[in-house]
Amino acid sequence: MIRFDAVTKQYPDGTVAVDELTLTAPTGKITVLVGPSGCGKTTSLRMVNRMIEPTHGTITLDGQDTGRMNEAELRRGMGYVIQHAGLFPHRTVLDNIATVPRLLGWDKAKTQARSHELLERVGLAPELGERYPAQLSGGQQQRVGVARALAADPPVMLMDEPFSAVDPVVREQLQDEFLRLQAELGKTIVFVTHDIDEAIKLGDQVAVLRVGGRLAQVAEPAYLLAHPADDFVADFVGRDRGYRALGFQEAPRLTLHSEPTVVIGERPDRSDAGWLLVVDDDRHPVGWVEPTRIGDRPVAEADLHRGGTVAREHGSLRGALDAALSSPSRRGVVVDDAGVLCGTVQAHEVLTAIEHVDRPERDESDPVHGGAAAVRGDEDTP
Amino acid sequence: MTWLADNWQVVLDLAGRSLYLAGIPLVIGFVVSIPLGWAASRWSRAYPAIITTTGLLYTIPSLALFVIMPIVLGTKILDPVNVIVAMTIYTVALLVRTVADGLNAVPDDIAQAATAMGYKGIRRLFGVELPLAAPVIAAGLRVAAVSNVSIVSIATLIGVSQLGDLLVDGYNRVIWGELITGIVACVLLALALDAAIVLGTRVLTPWLRVPGAKA
Repeated sequence: MIRFDAVTKQYPDGTVAVDELTLTAPTGKITVLVGPSGCGKTTSLRMVNRMIEPTHGTITLDGQDTGRMNEAELRRGMGYVIQHAGLFPHRTVLDNIATVPRLLGWDKAKTQARSHELLERVGLAPELGERYPAQLSGGQQQRVGVARALAADPPVMLMDEPFSAVDPVVREQLQDEFLRLQAELGKTIVFVTHDIDEAIKLGDQVAVLRVGGRLAQVAEPAYLLAHPADDFVADFVGRDRGYRALGFQEAPRLTLHSEPTVVIGERPDRSDAGWLLVVDDDRHPVGWVEPTRIGDRPVAEADLHRGGTVAREHGSLRGALDAALSSPSRRGVVVDDAGVLCGTVQAHEVLTAIEHVDRPERDESDPVHGGAAAVRGDEDTP
Repeated sequence: MTWLADNWQVVLDLAGRSLYLAGIPLVIGFVVSIPLGWAASRWSRAYPAIITTTGLLYTIPSLALFVIMPIVLGTKILDPVNVIVAMTIYTVALLVRTVADGLNAVPDDIAQAATAMGYKGIRRLFGVELPLAAPVIAAGLRVAAVSNVSIVSIATLIGVSQLGDLLVDGYNRVIWGELITGIVACVLLALALDAAIVLGTRVLTPWLRVPGAKA
């Protein structure tokens, strides 16, 4: 657990970067610091491993004051990932990953085994190990950055906009893999971003900071979307927060309609009016067709309308609603965990379900910290 | 050409001395410049003092420096050590700034990553900063090498023989063959040293030769 206790950073010229920040990053959880530029999020992160020293206040790591710990030792116990990965260009990928184990004096065999293991763990091919960072794509470099940070298996990871410099498609891949990795590793993570969508997607709790380094609100993502503490937070989390909040609410057991289907390669029944759902041999939905346009020929790949998204049976309300809204037939396709068709659902049915789902309750006593109590595992607010 | 044909052994011998008198100071100067440059890059307050002082050394006329060396060092007037020390001073004068600027030019994200990983002191210098500054420092070394070969020829005037002898003697006695040989030999020696540094840098910096690398 990392705890900021009334931490202030003031520079000699009088600028206050962080102002009386009190915040707890619980063990094994992802705490995201988010805010506009100049809100002190990176400064706060760097105070954790003492790359910047606080002016007032203390930061404790599992109850120990970091200000009294040996700087280099403190840092070697904290993985650090930054925007452009910051890989050492003069070292091969494997040597980059081995950086901290070598600084810690691990023996050669152990270091090597660990570097190879991590290369695989972050999804990189073994032959990339001998390359130099300049020979990798941005996304690959970022994976190496994560592997390097994880090398000595530190309990804490500090991540400063690690996915901001890659293109949106790669970013999403990296985010998904990051979440998968975290599910396996359970590190205590402090993650800085300026992107509220990323914060909401990745954070177990999200701390919104405002310019001048003041904490505006810290809460679980669903709570943040439901109960922004003030106009600034409301504005920052964005206009479609109502819709996005549905992403955190598991759909109740929706009543599904059975859907007539045609297997790809077969002739559709011409009496089916409107849209007909096409599945493959394993009953995985592949798209929609209009039988009247096809006539007597078998359904081919080229006939498929693929615009509709597919919702999972126990997925979020957002997924179910989006499946209905994006489907050309207006019937949203729902599948089980194996991707096999379960049935369809219509938008008005999802909306009815939404009206019956409770929103997270607002903690009136502490609008700023209230929404994070569950993540911290305590009932009292600080 | 007949002059060269008759005297090539003398030329080779003098070239060897020039190489020694210019090359040894290059190596020593390089070694001395690293801690000085490092100090200048680390402590921004020391930077102007160190850079200005070492820079000023280069403005001392070489003949004057050669002549005062025996007084400062207590050596004999004809001792080649005088030349070696003086040439080392010029090398340091040229290299300290390059080393300091090279170390300062380590990209911010890499410096940050090094700090965050707990890199400090000597390990940081040799593990991260020096390798990354290598191309900049190599460029400085090339300038220093060429400058040394050129300046060392003045040593003839204080009686320490090397390729400069050909220039002085050829001029005094109006032997064109000797004069031209001296000039060409100096240029070739400078080019050879330069090539050696370029080659050495290439071997030491394999990461700069992969596709997509930036110097």
